[in-house]
Amino acid sequence: MAVRTQTASADNLAVEIPERRYRTLWGDVWLRFRRHKLALVGVFVLGLLVLGVLAGPLVYTVDPEYSFIVDDIDSINQPPSVQYRLGTDDLGRDTLARNLFGGRISLAVGVFAMFVSITFGTLVGVLSGFFRRLDNPLMRFTDLMLALPSLPLLLVIIMLFRDSLKALLGPELGIFLLVVLVIGILGWMPTARVVRGSVLSIKEKEFVEAAVSVGTREPVILWQHILPNVLSPIIVSATLGVAAAILTESALSFLGLGFPSNVPTWGRLLFENKDFITQNPWLVIWPGMFISLTILSINFIGDGLRDALDPRQRR
Amino acid sequence: MEGGRAFFPSFILPPKIALGQYLVRRVLTIIPTLIAISFVIFAVLDLAPGDPTSALPETIRPEVRQQIRKAMGLDEPFPVKYGLWLRQFFVNEPLSLIEKAFDIQIGDGEKRLRVTSWGSRGVPVMDMIVERMPQTLWVVGLAYLVAIAIAVPVGVVSAIRQYSIFDQVGTFLSLIGYSIPTFFTGLLMILLFSVKLKWFPMIYDTNLQIVDWNSFVQQLRQSAMPVAVLGFFQAATLARFTRSSMLDNIPMDYVRTATAKGFRERYVVIRHILRNSLIPVVTLIALGIPAIFSGAIITEQIFRVNGLGALLIGAIQLNDIPLVQTVTFIFAFLIVVFNLVADVIYGILDPRIRYS
Repeated sequence: MAVRTQTASADNLAVEIPERRYRTLWGDVWLRFRRHKLALVGVFVLGLLVLGVLAGPLVYTVDPEYSFIVDDIDSINQPPSVQYRLGTDDLGRDTLARNLFGGRISLAVGVFAMFVSITFGTLVGVLSGFFRRLDNPLMRFTDLMLALPSLPLLLVIIMLFRDSLKALLGPELGIFLLVVLVIGILGWMPTARVVRGSVLSIKEKEFVEAAVSVGTREPVILWQHILPNVLSPIIVSATLGVAAAILTESALSFLGLGFPSNVPTWGRLLFENKDFITQNPWLVIWPGMFISLTILSINFIGDGLRDALDPRQRR
Repeated sequence: MEGGRAFFPSFILPPKIALGQYLVRRVLTIIPTLIAISFVIFAVLDLAPGDPTSALPETIRPEVRQQIRKAMGLDEPFPVKYGLWLRQFFVNEPLSLIEKAFDIQIGDGEKRLRVTSWGSRGVPVMDMIVERMPQTLWVVGLAYLVAIAIAVPVGVVSAIRQYSIFDQVGTFLSLIGYSIPTFFTGLLMILLFSVKLKWFPMIYDTNLQIVDWNSFVQQLRQSAMPVAVLGFFQAATLARFTRSSMLDNIPMDYVRTATAKGFRERYVVIRHILRNSLIPVVTLIALGIPAIFSGAIITEQIFRVNGLGALLIGAIQLNDIPLVQTVTFIFAFLIVVFNLVADVIYGILDPRIRYS
């Protein structure tokens, strides 16, 4: 932390006035976040993974569906080598290409499902925290949703609507939307509770009272005074929400009930290759490692953000 | 709440509810919840495009199919179907279970309409569930015991020796255990212990009968990996929670008082800090039971344990709506019941909760 000093005036007694360098709120957050070594490692690893799946397929231009059996009959279940960087699967397809392509979908599901759940959770949380009349019904609704068994219900809903959405939007987009929406809709409750709690405590603060007393209208109070102040719990739960959504999608695909086989998400790769574990263990090690690294780094980042955004709760 | 209450004379305190009354009140509140949940689950599955007659042979003529549908009550309007299902589920099924358990007859058991599977040609759904339950209970129960046995001591020691090597390693490991999905740890364990070392069998044999010492050892060996996978994952969460609950209590005044009185550290930790810290932990343990059942869906799939989760997955693939409905509702029922159990335990352990 650099502290610049300046001398007040030449002929005065040299009084040193320490002047703190101006820092924004986010600058402050970054300073505290930087101290969290594991979180920085998380940012680095996640950055690599995101870069890999975004730029990877552009650089590594092997078709994930192309079967090398056509060229070479021995190209099935290969371990990593110079020719096949991460090996090949039971149909002679390139593992690296499949992992890169599938990673895009896994990460995209995580991010989009998080947006759905955060939007919904924030809406419910803010409304029930701010409007006393809505509080009870909305929270009962949240409790009800929390009492629903999420994994069985996810499986069931996807089974029920898969065919109709497939017919409506095509097999890839249909399943993608369905998975994103269902994960999002079954995952907003923790966010709603956290946000409601924060809104309830912010609402009692003096600056809100001041805003009320000068006649600010409710929507303005909500938007300009309450929402910016509940941003930090929202950011933290958004971060952790991405990890949770990726994990859920992988679990769904691992059970064979998520994406079809031509969309090789990491979970789907585990599902397809788990029966070849004795022949070629690399087939499950790679996607499993990518999922684990992604979730681990996001959780590290989430922990770091929690400490950085809310230093009072530091431990 | 911060200890100030004890200084007020008792007439200022809101009335403390007796435990019995508290219990009754809490039990009554789960009835509307259960009804609401059963409605949601029923409604979601009623939208299903599935047809119970699709599992029947192709040779059956369309008119006959129509008759079968009618006989199963599928042409009824939604509220009627829901009402019928409610009666089957809450009256008929429990009655049949009781009959079976005690080998007695209540009314006309033959005529009672039961929820039957679409996939397995009219086998009552409950019978299938009762058949699968023991496998799941064995794995889940053992895993949870392992998790508690590991997590609580680790959490306690990490908190007492905060920032020590033990704490840092423990916290790091629990973060890893919590982040690596069970389906990956499971596959890794299969790779290491079944494929490479050949210590444990790769596939769980549900038909194994425990008759002698050897088969018992075999049962333990085949349970080792599913239990470890499920247990470690749960232990990671529990250890984190135990640690933070201990850390909440360590700076409290009563701890300082006890220390100032000259009690040994071990005594203060066990009799004062641990007792208070375990209140939320015990609650979390109760709350986690339904989650571990859901987790078993995945674990069962990895090791091919033929339990409740496998039943659900199979039913989903076969479009067997009544079976899916019932299993899903049982999962929901577990959540509601263990929420209640957690509340009641909290009410007993921490009487402040019962001041309303």
